[in-house]
This record gives sequence, structure tokens and C-alpha cells, in this order.
Amino acid sequence: MRVLMLGWEFPPRIAGGLGVACYGLVRGLAYHKVQVTFVMPFRSGDEPLNGYKLLGAHEIEIPRSWAVPLPPFWHHITFYGVKTALGPYLELLTYPEVLFESVQERMVWTQQEEALRLEFSGRYGPDLLSEVYRYAYAVSHLAERETFDIIHAHDWLTYLGGLWLKAKTGKPLVVHVHATEYDRSGDNPNPEVRSIEQMGFEGADLIIAVSFYTRSVVAEKYGIPLDKIWAIHNAVLPKDRQPLQRPPSKQKVVTFLGRVTHQKGPEYFVEAAARLAPYVPEAHFVMAGTGDLLRSVIRRVAQLRLGARFSFTGFLPPPEVERLFDLSDVYVMPSVSEPFGISALEALRAGVPVIVSRQSGVAEVLPHALKVDFWDVDGLADLIYGVLQYKGIRPFFIRYAQAELSQLQWERSSARVIEAYKSLLR
Amino acid sequence: MKHICLYFQVHQPFRLRIYRFFDIGVSHEYYHELNNRTLFQRIARKCYLPMNALLKHLIEKWGPERFSVAFAISGSALEQMQFYGPEVLESFQALHQTGGVEIVGETYAHSLSCLKSRREFERQVKKHIETIERLFSTTPKIFRNTELVYYDEVARWVSELGFEGMLAEGADTLLGWRSPNYLYESAAAPLKLLLRHYRFSDDIAFRFSNREWSEWPLTAEKYAGWLSALPSEQKLVNLFMDYETFGEHQWADTGIFEFFEHWVNLMLSEGRGTFVTPSWILEAYQPVAKLSVPMPLSWADSERDLTAWLGNELQTDAFETLYALEPLVENEEDPSIWRDWLRLQTSDHFYYMCTKFFSDGDVHKYFNPYNSPYEAYVTYMNVLADFRQRLLGKAQERG
Repeated sequence: MRVLMLGWEFPPRIAGGLGVACYGLVRGLAYHKVQVTFVMPFRSGDEPLNGYKLLGAHEIEIPRSWAVPLPPFWHHITFYGVKTALGPYLELLTYPEVLFESVQERMVWTQQEEALRLEFSGRYGPDLLSEVYRYAYAVSHLAERETFDIIHAHDWLTYLGGLWLKAKTGKPLVVHVHATEYDRSGDNPNPEVRSIEQMGFEGADLIIAVSFYTRSVVAEKYGIPLDKIWAIHNAVLPKDRQPLQRPPSKQKVVTFLGRVTHQKGPEYFVEAAARLAPYVPEAHFVMAGTGDLLRSVIRRVAQLRLGARFSFTGFLPPPEVERLFDLSDVYVMPSVSEPFGISALEALRAGVPVIVSRQSGVAEVLPHALKVDFWDVDGLADLIYGVLQYKGIRPFFIRYAQAELSQLQWERSSARVIEAYKSLLR
Repeated sequence: MKHICLYFQVHQPFRLRIYRFFDIGVSHEYYHELNNRTLFQRIARKCYLPMNALLKHLIEKWGPERFSVAFAISGSALEQMQFYGPEVLESFQALHQTGGVEIVGETYAHSLSCLKSRREFERQVKKHIETIERLFSTTPKIFRNTELVYYDEVARWVSELGFEGMLAEGADTLLGWRSPNYLYESAAAPLKLLLRHYRFSDDIAFRFSNREWSEWPLTAEKYAGWLSALPSEQKLVNLFMDYETFGEHQWADTGIFEFFEHWVNLMLSEGRGTFVTPSWILEAYQPVAKLSVPMPLSWADSERDLTAWLGNELQTDAFETLYALEPLVENEEDPSIWRDWLRLQTSDHFYYMCTKFFSDGDVHKYFNPYNSPYEAYVTYMNVLADFRQRLLGKAQERG
């Protein structure tokens, strides 16, 4: 079986769980002898290779032509003249100029005069949306060059490319939902992103959601029939390193890790810390990550006079995340809406007790995790207090949760993904 | 002709309120008044009052010599009756007045104190005896330990407290090839043992309304037939269960009350059996063998051990932390200290911290006020921290 997989992130350059999950998944598929070509916007060459092929969209040669043949589904895209962080272009231009313009501006001539290559940053910048369109345009040319049985697209960023490829080849399309716009933005979804998601969900032959929680979001918010959506949980790669020895210290480290955005509930972490701080003088709070709420969170911490008790690390690359877990006494994930939450598994893998919100997909696969409703700040503070002050939880938790963790292997999740593929190829 | 010994356990714990760490040292109010009151009143309405009425009717209809039952009522259940439903206590007293009820002794707080402290165990047993004497004008001669926990050492203690017999679980590990349908004796002390027939007991208590069960629906005829089919030399059948089985674990609309009444009438009208009390059995039967039980047995779950209460680190830590306070408590006379000391020992608190989610989880969830064993543990430990601070404060005052 040959799979053309479209993704946005891959190690070592990852911004969150998406890249980690894609990496685990392609490794799991390779284990089952599925041939995967993973296409990301930009490949620098230092990505790990383990039995799959990697391709950057910037490497795809595109015939030089000003007349871009558009697939029919493009005409369903609705454009709103709203100024957003994601798509600043859209207030000035209307499609098809959007695509055309963005193709044009970043073109780089190759040796042959007839072909061109597009430029990609592979980052989440202000021109993300134009990069999304360029990516779709570039990968659509793989229809003639690659042989594959299935197209598998991860998150809205790659759905258009997937749809375009499907329109050209007639091959079945699987879209994989790691997060929806409702998770990222609450009840004020970016309409552009949302409409791409809607098209992806409707145009796909099968949808994979990373949890039952996300499956129900896709069904309810986008009106997709449940029988089209498979919930396949993420997993975690086995531990490949020894933990660092902690320096002797009385300090107890309470860690938040993730984008500092509405979705991840950083405010609830701060409020819980404020309840806790006077009672546990040795507690220290670490917020690792960055995002649009970081400033207001720091302001709130200052207002609570907790500056000395908090560390803001900014974004941490994977090796430093591992180090942070080694130093942590408890990992808190108070997400308001978390499709999965793979970092909870990584914390567990490092032997750190985990408190997750009930509004997270990962709670489905960790019966023994400590769970709390994200809005229940007192309850959250109380659980943190319990982990730090009472000695019963840690040994108990480690024993049970590690056993649960050993069940969450990518080989297993990938086997379910293969089942999903097979249901389409029959 | 069978002798059927029906024994019912009546117990309600004082469940804790949501007690956060910032309540430690600030509030000494530990209990969820509203929950405890409403739960008690619901159970009284659905179980205690209607089942007492049914039993009273059956005793009056057949006479106590043909239909009698035994009860153990924990101290905390008796307290709740006095606080939340005096009419329930009166109903039990009236039932006892019929002469068809034997009251059995137990630990006042429905605790597992025997595992930690003989002194505390004996204090509680004596307190329970005094309470029963005061409320029912009778002195228990038979003992049942919390959750039927039994082992040789506790048999010695119970015997030395003056009891003649004790109820225990007819566990396979204890009996092996032997049958629970005889009277036994402890190998460790002069104490007779009545052993629960767990299959017949659980057919009513757990399986009665289970539609997955191959024997569903259980009819009075079918059940009476099973008892009659026992070998004729096995005359004794001990059916021990939670009283809340009737109307609460098995709701009225499952037909549990009709089943029970019909079954009793069937056994008696056809002369297939009589319903007797533990003390009557001690008079009428000779023990067939001595049993030795070095390790604690209980009636819980499939393992019949203590893992439902003391099976994980949360439970053992809470249990150890609690009993480490005993020497401090013993110095105190303040009744509120003793009240809380007893209520915090109730085994339910440890049951809520049980993590055997999947095998026996259904039973464990019942009446459980917590979403997770962690919440149960953290809440309990917070309360204990406050209780400890109070004890230390009082010790300091005295210098």
C-alpha cells in the first residue's frame, strides 16, 4: 500500500503536537510496511528518516504557466473581507488573485526556463494562508509524478492540497483532524479556516479524529455524519533516554507547557497557582510556551504579586521539554478544548504525574490520570496540592499510568489507520 | 427442610464535603450535610421503611419462630437515623419489638480498626454494644466485623469481648472442598462461625436485576428450587447482604420486594424451610470443624480480600496517616474530636479511593460522591491535615 501523506510539521522543527503525531504515525505505518511519502512545506534535510520518504513542497517542480487550472471545489470557498492574523492578504485581494499573487511573488526559477519552484517557510507566520494556497498548488503537481493508493492530509493546512489531488487522480482522501478551528479559537472561528475545514471534511472519503471528543466536535460543529469519522487516538514513542538527575532542591516545580492561547487554558493555571502559592511556599510555577495570551498572563501574574514564583521560558524545543519534565513534580494541562494533548503522554513517559482537563482527548486513554474540569480552579489547585503534599499519589500514579502508557503504541494506532485505508480500498 | 439465616447490614457513612487545602486550619466542618441528609432520606424512603414494613408483616404473619432475621446497624447509621429520620429508628425498634429480629454487634464506626489497633477496635465494639443496649434494650451475642473481615487474631479478640459467634465470608480460599452450609468454629478461640453462602446471597444482592445474567429473571420458585436442591444433609443456608439491596441497589420496579415476599411465603407454606437467627443456630447446631484463617478475608469483590479498602498507595497512605493520630486522640476528652475520629475511620472513605475500576467498578461507584479516587484521597487527606492540626493545637494548649 502506498500513501501520499500531506503534513505541515515534522521533527526536528515542530510547534506542537501535530509534528510529533505525524512522526509517530509514519514510523508506525513503516513498521507495518506501508510505503509513505510525507510532503511538508519545507524540508531542510536534517529530519529523521525511518523507512519512509520525505519531500518538501519547495522541491516540487511546477510547469511555468500563468494560467493556473483550478479544480472545481475552489469555487466553493467563501471569502470574507475580514482582517485576521492568519490571512492579512484577504482584505485586499479576492480569489483567484490570492493564489496567483502568492504563487507569483515567491517563485524561484529553476535551471529549466519552463519550470519553477515555490518558496515555503514552513512556519506559522502572518502569510500562513497564502502559504497554504501555494502548498496546495505545489502538491497538486504530484498527481502526475507520484504513484499512490491513498491521500492522507493532516489538519486544515493541507486539506486543499488533498482535495486537489483527489480531484485530479480520483484516489480516496483521508483527512486527519488533530485540531479544529473551534479548539483553537473557541466559538469565534476564523471563517476562512473554518470553510477550508468544512470542505475538507465534506470532500474526504474518511475522517480520522484523534479522540472521541474531537470526533463529536467534527460531527456537531460541521454537520458530518458520525459513521464517516473514525476516532484513532495518538500514541507516544518509547522512551529513548535516561532522565536527568535532579539537583537537590526543596523546590517543587509545577509545569504548564503549551501554546499560551485560549485553547490551552493558561489563565486557569495562573489562578490555580494563586490559590496554591501561599500554602505551598516551595512551589514554583513554570509556563513553557508562547502565544497571544502571554502578555496578559504575565500581567495577571504581576498583579497577583507572583512574579518571583513564576518562570516564563518561551517556546522550548523538544530536548529542553524533556529536561523540563525531568525537573517537574507535576504537569498541568488545563486545556479549555484539547483534541488530544500528546504532551501529557510525554510527561507521563518522563514519570511526571499529570493533571488533565476533562475537556481533553487524552483523558479518554488515561483512566488513571488526574482529571478536573478546566474551569474548576479550586479543584485544580487542590489536585496540585495533593500531588505535591501527600505522598500516596506519585507511586500509585506512576505504576498505573505507566502501564496505561505502554498500551499506547504507534504500532497499534497505525494498525487502525491501515484498517481505515483498507475500508476505502475495498 | 432448610434453616435459612437472613442477615442484613445497615450502614451509612458520613460523607465528606468538598474540603480544599485552603480550608485546612480554617474550617472544621468536614461533612456534606445536605448530601448525607438527602441520601439518607432517599434510602429510607426507598428501602428502610418499605422493607421494614414487609419484614414486620412477614414476622407477624408467620410468627418469629418461623420467620426471623438478623441485622447489624452501624453506629453512624444509627446517628443518621437520629439526625435525619427518627421515624426510621422507630421503625427498626418496632421491628425488633416483634421478637423476630436479632441485633448483631459490630464496630461503631463501621471501621477497619482491627487491622491497626486492638484498643480502638475494642473501644468501638463496646460503644456499639452500649448504643444497641440503649436503643434496643438488647445485648448482641453475635459479632460481625466491617465488610465481614475475619482472621484468627480478630476471632480471639471478639471471643474475649464475650461474643459467642461471628459472621464470616464463606470464601473458597477458606473452605476449599467444604460447604458453607454447616456451622463451623474458629481454630483460634471458642467462637462459632456462620459462613455466608456467597453465590445464593449475591444472586439476590448483585444479580437479581441483571439482564445479562443467564438466570434472569430470578423467580421465587426458581430460587426456592435451588435451595431445596442442596443435599439434604446441608440444612443451613446463610444469606448475608446489604439491606440497601432492597429498593436501592435493586430498585422497587425490578420486583425485588415482591420476589422476597413471595419466596418467603413459598418456603414457609410448603414447609421447605424456616428463617432463623444466628443465636438460634448456635443453640441448634454443633460445629463440624475448626477453621484457621491467618490472613484477613472479606466479602468484597472477587478476591474476598482487603484490596477494595487497602489495595493501593492512596488507601494505605490515608489509613496509616489516620491511625498515626490515635495516641493524640486518646489524650482528648473533647467530644467533637472523638466524633470526627470515629467518622473518619468509616471504611467507605477508603473504598472511595479504590482504583479497581474495571472488574468491580459498578458496585464501587454506588453512592460514591467523587469523580475519581484521587479526589477522594486529596479531600480525605486535607480533612486529616486539619484534624491533626486541631489535635496538635490542643496538645500544645495543655503544654
